[in-house]
Amino acid sequence: MSGVDSGRPVVPGQEPRLGSLATHVGPYWGDFGGRFVPEALIAALDELDTAYHKALADPAFGAELARLHRTYTGRPSPLTEVPRFAAHVGGGARVFLKREDLNHTGSHKINNVLGQALLVKRLGKSRVIAETGAGQHGVATATAAALLGLECTVYMGEEDTQRQALNVARMRLLGAEVVPVTIGTRTLKDAINEALRDWVANVETTHYLLGTVTGPHPFPEMVRDFHKLIGEEARAQLLGEIGRLPDAVAACVGGGSNAMGIFNAFLDDEGVRLFGFEAGGRGLGPGDHAARFSGGAPGVLHGARSYLLQDEDGQTIPSHSVSAGLDYPSVGPEHSWLHDIGRATYLPVSDAEAMDAFRLLCRTEGIIPAIESAHALAGAIQLGPQVGEWSDEPVVLVNLSGRGDKDVATAARWFGLLDAGDEGEGDR
Amino acid sequence: MSGGQTTSATPGATTGATTGATTGPLLDGLAAQGRAALVGYLPVGYPSVPGSVQAVRTMIDAGVDVVELGMPYTDPVMDGPVIQRAVDHALRGGTRVRDTLTAVEQVAGRGAPVLVMTYWNLVLRYGVEAYARDLAAAGGAGLITPDLVPDEAEAWIAASDAHGLDRVFLVAPSSTPERLASTVAASRGFVYAASTMGVTGERATVGSRAEQLVADTRAAGAPRVCVGLGVSRPEQAAQVASYADGVIVGSAFVRSLLDVSDEATGLDRLAEVTAALAAGVRSAQRPAGGSVDGSAR
Repeated sequence: MSGVDSGRPVVPGQEPRLGSLATHVGPYWGDFGGRFVPEALIAALDELDTAYHKALADPAFGAELARLHRTYTGRPSPLTEVPRFAAHVGGGARVFLKREDLNHTGSHKINNVLGQALLVKRLGKSRVIAETGAGQHGVATATAAALLGLECTVYMGEEDTQRQALNVARMRLLGAEVVPVTIGTRTLKDAINEALRDWVANVETTHYLLGTVTGPHPFPEMVRDFHKLIGEEARAQLLGEIGRLPDAVAACVGGGSNAMGIFNAFLDDEGVRLFGFEAGGRGLGPGDHAARFSGGAPGVLHGARSYLLQDEDGQTIPSHSVSAGLDYPSVGPEHSWLHDIGRATYLPVSDAEAMDAFRLLCRTEGIIPAIESAHALAGAIQLGPQVGEWSDEPVVLVNLSGRGDKDVATAARWFGLLDAGDEGEGDR
Repeated sequence: MSGGQTTSATPGATTGATTGATTGPLLDGLAAQGRAALVGYLPVGYPSVPGSVQAVRTMIDAGVDVVELGMPYTDPVMDGPVIQRAVDHALRGGTRVRDTLTAVEQVAGRGAPVLVMTYWNLVLRYGVEAYARDLAAAGGAGLITPDLVPDEAEAWIAASDAHGLDRVFLVAPSSTPERLASTVAASRGFVYAASTMGVTGERATVGSRAEQLVADTRAAGAPRVCVGLGVSRPEQAAQVASYADGVIVGSAFVRSLLDVSDEATGLDRLAEVTAALAAGVRSAQRPAGGSVDGSAR
């Protein structure tokens, strides 16, 4: 598979440094990561780790995944230059979008899901469970389950089932059972709790198809590996297109899978600045955002030690974002490590900034992005004229992790585009 | 790490040991009488902090031998709906981590060692060493840690050694022989055998693999194994007590406090449920003076 050994070309002056960051493996990234789970799950995690590494060493696995990506996902996804949007970034920057929104199912999530679903077959299990916030991971999981003949249950916070009703319908059409979670904050965090409870009870027949680069080892490493082809393709495409690497890479960060997917190929290129944009929500007060690096501290949630929104007792603080997919109080442990060693910079983007960028991309380029991805677009704008200081001809690469079909109703309400009488409860 | 199964409750045997009773000597004493222990779980803060202290006292007076006091947590992945409901209520009522230590102080010294059941982030945030120090000072016996396996517990192992506290790790039907051995070696007090692959809650039958798991855990070197998850009725308690050193009950106790017209009614129900389960435990047939597998302690 392309994600395992990239064999990527070395750019003069950009030779990988000793002690590659890109090939770092779990269970720990510095002080982060690990396995903070009930003992009942340890055997399944060990089994998964073994099966995953055996699969990596098996050319047949890589070939099958590559075939699915080529013939089913639609990879490689294109790289699109967006000059009319770039005019709003400033600094004379050229902006390129990595078009994960054009993947089958409409987001980057399918990369990881297909990889894990093939592993499920190898594990001899017949059922997958998943958690989903915005529904993109749930739709991707339901899709792969249908493709490979697996039973599928998706846990989704009740609040998210309401704001992402279209994706709930898509999952059900694909044959998945969608279980609204009515306890706790009724969002992604609680969907993960419920999925973990299900997994503990049914681990012999069931694989927890975790959707992001968090959770207990080996999930952060494995999910990163299934997504790193995003960056590898983008790197090769940029080198082919303009003959050089970008000055900055921007991605939104909820759990952090799309960001890790595009960052990985550039981690050892010291000249490439990496930016993760978190949900700054309504502001940086407790409960108003999901900006773990602005308002969080290291702690343990859902099996890994990482930055976490928590109160002084260690209780998880509810997060908020206009984007269901970024509304998560923790973040993948590798991101925490990259933050602490200074390799990547994480900044908050407010709901309003994200929605402005959402509209801007619609109107300048004819692309409706996922609201998650709009955070990365807003981040690129936030970088602003300073990109001009990094290079004479600055280049910014933005990961457009998903398309915005699922978010049309939210955006319509946000911008007041519905006729009187059509408008439900606003998100604002 | 101590290498395992010594219950070093002797004052002065550990640095700064101010701990109250640990569970090992008590379980050994009960085994010598030919019976298992009833271990009862209740969360702090349900229906209120003082109310939960009163409930624990009621439970001890009605026959619980070891108390498992739960620290309410926002993300309890090992708990089923009954306990979640009570914990959610406790958190909404403003229950804090320090309330747990206060509660330990108020129920310690009544004849039943008090273990705290906690998800790990709460201890991590408090500070592992500071929590061990304060728990020992409050008279607590140690911790049950459902989401902390020994592999990740270096700091807790050091702190529990320093303060003479029990560390109760879990084993599950899925645990491999190697993991049984390493978990037994890291545990002190007893090993918590999860009767089934699942979360807390009452079940019609206790997991069929529980007895084998207890036997396997003993074979891995554990002198004391208590069984939890799914036990709610006296006959189940009796069944488990015939082969385990302790019977751990949670949801059935919590349920007796839910949906009652007033706290006094809840306490009456709790006392009844406790007495019935305690009688169940005491009715089990086992040899006196040693463990059920015949080894002397």
